Amino acid sequence: MSLDIAVCVKVVPKPEEVTFNKETKTLDRGKAENVLNPPDKNALEAALQLKAEHGGTVSVVSMGPPFAKGFLELCIGMGADAGLLASDRLFAGADTYPTSLVLARAVQALPRFDVVLCGEESADAATGQVPQGIAGWLDVPQVTCVDEVRVHGRTLVARRVLGHATERVAVPLPALVALGAGANVPRFPDFRRVDEAAAAGRVRVVSAADLKLREEEIGLKGSYTLVGGLVEGEATERKRQLVEGDARAKAKAILAAILGPK
Amino acid sequence: MSAPRGVWVWMEQEGGTLHPVGLELLGKGRSIADTLDEPLVALLMGSDVAKHAESLVERGADDVLVAQDEHLGTYLTDPYVKVLGDMAEARHPNVLLFGSTPNGRDLAGRLAIRLRTGLTANAVRLDVDRATGLVLGGVPGFGGSVVALIKCERARPQMATVRGGIFRPLAPDPSRRGRGRIERVNVSVGPAQLTCRILERSVVATEDISGVERVLVAGLGTGGDLRLVEEVATLLNAAIGVTRPLVDAGVAPREKQVGSTGIALRGKAALVLGVSGASHFTSGLKDVGTVVAVNTDPKAEIFEHADVCIVGDLSEVLAALRDELKARQEVTA
Repeated sequence: MSLDIAVCVKVVPKPEEVTFNKETKTLDRGKAENVLNPPDKNALEAALQLKAEHGGTVSVVSMGPPFAKGFLELCIGMGADAGLLASDRLFAGADTYPTSLVLARAVQALPRFDVVLCGEESADAATGQVPQGIAGWLDVPQVTCVDEVRVHGRTLVARRVLGHATERVAVPLPALVALGAGANVPRFPDFRRVDEAAAAGRVRVVSAADLKLREEEIGLKGSYTLVGGLVEGEATERKRQLVEGDARAKAKAILAAILGPK
Repeated sequence: MSAPRGVWVWMEQEGGTLHPVGLELLGKGRSIADTLDEPLVALLMGSDVAKHAESLVERGADDVLVAQDEHLGTYLTDPYVKVLGDMAEARHPNVLLFGSTPNGRDLAGRLAIRLRTGLTANAVRLDVDRATGLVLGGVPGFGGSVVALIKCERARPQMATVRGGIFRPLAPDPSRRGRGRIERVNVSVGPAQLTCRILERSVVATEDISGVERVLVAGLGTGGDLRLVEEVATLLNAAIGVTRPLVDAGVAPREKQVGSTGIALRGKAALVLGVSGASHFTSGLKDVGTVVAVNTDPKAEIFEHADVCIVGDLSEVLAALRDELKARQEVTA
């Protein structure tokens, strides 16, 4: 029995390239290169492996600005069949609540779905709450913290890695799975396929109205959490003493510092 | 509907043993409840948890709600969301706190949609805004260089997941014994919540390195080869932590990740090896006594966050460290 799989992905600025302006208390994302959120690539790879085993389709779904379309084409280059980008100014300022609503409606706009795969958290906001939200809106079982997923008939079996325990969970389809980064090794895109996807218009862009979402349910208006202020993190003053000398002198200095006075 | 009232803390358990983060949140919840002049409520869910109720009163709870049922023995999303969601809908808590653990996040994320409310994720501080009575959850953005204070104005409960190791549990106060209200809650879990099953489960012994005295933290500069790091760590009787890229590359498990999306260290010393020092990493060093950094790049950001700065080749310095430690052991022997 073939599987129709939706993979939710997010385009994020490389976190190490985002800087914080201490005077204006704003984040400068301008200089940061945008990338596909790393665990989302693991989710896509897992989807492609399921498709190879069972047949079916893989659709990538995202909420983001218009330029995210190019990243969905990149996903098609990796092997996905189609993309759906929910893009609308009205989506701006969304917290996890309306974000998961928009993604759930986008998944429901696909012809059908058996499995929804997500990366477990984004490298920028890192809330790790959107997959559970999507599952809530779709009213399907969720399995989070997953590093391996298999499907047998209409049952999905996933391995959860919880730190203190590992478990194998069986859930009926349709279901949502959130994968951790490093769960597999994502394949490289075939750039000829990327270009073909762009030329053939295989990424559909939809608005809030297309998804039948009302203004008050989405974006900032649909969000329940607000940033009530930004404070500077409590930095710890460090001594910043530079040690000169050969490797042995450096080793001794390290030991003196971390073992403390004898 | 009665006005939302009460500060609720979900007490996570594994095999009937309480997770420490629940007790930490009960300690912090006590001061929030006092500020708001509302009761502090501990939520016990499991198949064998009633035995803990009295100890939660000693550790600060005014009320303990006990949902004890065979279907709640091991965490599964659907029965837990059903039982906790039913309790919250019937009793209207003002605040609902969870540890930011894998299952705490799994539960809170799903429950926030059912309860149609806001959820602050992975908070590292909790304050009450005295003017409004709103809880402010502090969430590190870009790794602690900035903390965003998140609030939820227009829905209840105000939900948050909170990182472990931030707050301290209260010491048990025997004089509180018998002064709490312990209530057994009716659990209604039916076939609709039991479509998912755990086929097999193994509990693994993990090392929580957050409180270990000395930790060696390896970054990308090690090239992912930790053999020399492990050798030195053994000689030093130190634990090993890593940065996120090494976890993503599969070099080390997630619970060893230091930084804003991993754990915060609070031991005596950290030796940071081949780490560039992006702010989402350095937030994990804030509470360490002494930080020593080794990096080949003299301009590396990590040196701004270190007490002792060593510019040099990592394997050379590690080899010298190993030799020095071995020499000292021989002298002692």
